Amino acid sequence: MARVVLDRVTKKFGEVAAVNDVSLTVFDREFLVLVGPSGCGKSTILRLVAGLEDVSSGEIRVGDGLVNDVAPKDRDIAMVFQNYALYPHMSVFDNLAFSLKLRRVPKQQIRQRVQQTAATLGLEGLLERKPKQLSGGQRQRVALGRAIVREPQVFLMDEPLSNLDAQLRVQTRAELIKLHRRLEATVIYVTHDQVEAMTMGSRIAVMRDGVLQQMDTPTGLYDRPANMFVAGFIGSPSMNFLSGRLERHNGSLQVTAGDLVLDLPPERAAGADSANTQEVVVGVRPEDVQPAASLVPNGHRPINASVDVVEHMGNEKFVYLSLANASLVARIDVSCPASAGENLPVVVDAGKIHLFHPATEEAIF
Amino acid sequence: MQLELPATSLPSAGLQSLRFRVTAGRFAYGLLLILPSLVFLLPFTVWPAIKVVVSSLFLADIAHPQPSFIGLGNFAAEFGNEVFWQVMRNTVLFAGFTVPLSIGLALLLAVEVNKKLRLVGVFRTALFYPTILPTVGAAAIWLFVYAPGLGLADRFLGLFGSYDHNWLGDPALVLPALMVMMIWKQTGYFMVFYLAGLQGLPQEVFEAAALDGARGWRMLRSLTIPLLSGTTVFVSTIALIDSFQTVDQLFILTQGGPNNASNLLLFWLYQEGFRNFNFGRASAVTVIMMALLLAVSLVNYRQLDRAAHYES
Ligand SMILES: Nc1ncnc2c1ncn2[C@@H]1O[C@H](COP(=O)(O)OP(=O)(O)OP(=O)(O)O)[C@@H](O)[C@H]1O
Ligand SMILES: [Mg+2]
Repeated sequence: MARVVLDRVTKKFGEVAAVNDVSLTVFDREFLVLVGPSGCGKSTILRLVAGLEDVSSGEIRVGDGLVNDVAPKDRDIAMVFQNYALYPHMSVFDNLAFSLKLRRVPKQQIRQRVQQTAATLGLEGLLERKPKQLSGGQRQRVALGRAIVREPQVFLMDEPLSNLDAQLRVQTRAELIKLHRRLEATVIYVTHDQVEAMTMGSRIAVMRDGVLQQMDTPTGLYDRPANMFVAGFIGSPSMNFLSGRLERHNGSLQVTAGDLVLDLPPERAAGADSANTQEVVVGVRPEDVQPAASLVPNGHRPINASVDVVEHMGNEKFVYLSLANASLVARIDVSCPASAGENLPVVVDAGKIHLFHPATEEAIF
Repeated sequence: MQLELPATSLPSAGLQSLRFRVTAGRFAYGLLLILPSLVFLLPFTVWPAIKVVVSSLFLADIAHPQPSFIGLGNFAAEFGNEVFWQVMRNTVLFAGFTVPLSIGLALLLAVEVNKKLRLVGVFRTALFYPTILPTVGAAAIWLFVYAPGLGLADRFLGLFGSYDHNWLGDPALVLPALMVMMIWKQTGYFMVFYLAGLQGLPQEVFEAAALDGARGWRMLRSLTIPLLSGTTVFVSTIALIDSFQTVDQLFILTQGGPNNASNLLLFWLYQEGFRNFNFGRASAVTVIMMALLLAVSLVNYRQLDRAAHYES
């Protein structure tokens, strides 16, 4: 059982809390993705779990044991560093074999395991080379190989694909997912990349300024963001935010934001009602803004918007719209006609909007 | 269709002179770049070196105020002199022990004081301190350390029952005694180079090794030492040159004695020149020493080239 538990973990560097009171549980064999803006403490969390830094307070458990005072080498954890950290004076073979040699694995077995790992990662032809003689992508794979060859209980990966080109990244991503299934290990994976986060993680933890914002499945995060930060961070293009008002109107709840007037469906009205507020921030995902013609106008009132910019993405397009006193991004089908300067009446799916407190930025329901 | 150029139209002579002019231009440019160092190296290093090689071929002692050419006679005389061989043996022993020991110790100390320990600044300063002392002053201190019976060395050994050694008067003890002082004097100096080297190494590589299970001696052997090989080559070159040039402490402590047991090459050179007033022989010893140092540096710098690509 290689569960990883962080219990109210804080790490301070001087006065700055790089990790602030974070509690989270990574289940056995789970693939947890850690995301957040630069400097939010992702690497620091990995380093704490690995034992490269000591916690300022709180507890870390790996498996069933408390590891706060366990040396890194005894935690049975492998880490892939953000900048590879290969042993520059050793060949690829020796880089992979190093940990096995230290564990006094028999030579024959070392050779076999290194070759097997190299085959998995497509490194067979490179075993005699030094890191200097490898491309960035090859180095990255060696770094992965060095972690894999040990067959540890827990993998920590710090943006392991960040230096690969787009194609290699997609390919390696798929490899990693397969690998994770085969190795049956627990993985904590740090990334900046939305797509990586959404496609790889069984759950995603979103961090900001050292504080854990939310932890959920990819769809859970996307559909039910806990606050405006998570809502804006997950999804591309970002969620639209409009300031608006919540009003009772003929017995039903209505949200008004400029020209936009939406009747909340009854199942959502209950939650919003209990929030007991009038000022709200309305969050609308770009795909929930559609040209008026393509949606049944059932409780949806079309609003007038003019098109500022159109970005063609191939299979879809992003349309930047101006409303009377707000702007919106819509994500629409390529077949929908829209060009800059034109008017485009749009409707917003009232059932899918998000509401947030303007002050606390927390989701209202 | 073949395009034929009339041979006469090829300005081959002109081309050649152009090529020459280009090469000459590049040469002049290169010369210009090294000119500042040349201005100092030529009169103060190259010229004296040439002069010393020339004078090593002349008989020039008190009996011969007018030097006369004797070919390799001075070298033959040195090679036939028992004292010269004893001095060579002493020098090689001295370098052979002090260089690896002071370098090894410097590396270990550097690794220690590179850790985030309390008072680490104090330790660094204390270890570097002997380097700042002038050698002559340091030698005076060690004169007291080695004072028979009363000195620090004997007092310390007295704790274990063995007392009263004539450190500097006993032919068997004098060279080791000088080595200890040399190591004490040099280690802090080399430690500073290693400290700089260590701080230039990528931290993550060591962290990766820690996760892979390396610790202590294994970490040192498998990572620290190979990764610092560039520094080691550099430091060992300096260390070798320094050990060949050891002379100050001999003036204060032993004068090369007893019975040449602690005589080293540079002091012997001094004795040939300014005690025996045989400038021809002194020049010959100088040439031998230059040849040795040159050979050592060449070997070392070849290794530096090989080691350089470890550093990332
Ligand atoms: N050794 C350290 N000393 C002082 N401050 C540090 C140290 N390491 C990290 N920090 C600070 O802690 C915060 C979190 O750093 P961390 O490296 O965990 O960020 P990150 O989320 O991994 O960022 P990135 O995405 O850019 O890699 C940052 O503000 C950083 O400046
Ligand atoms: Mg990071």
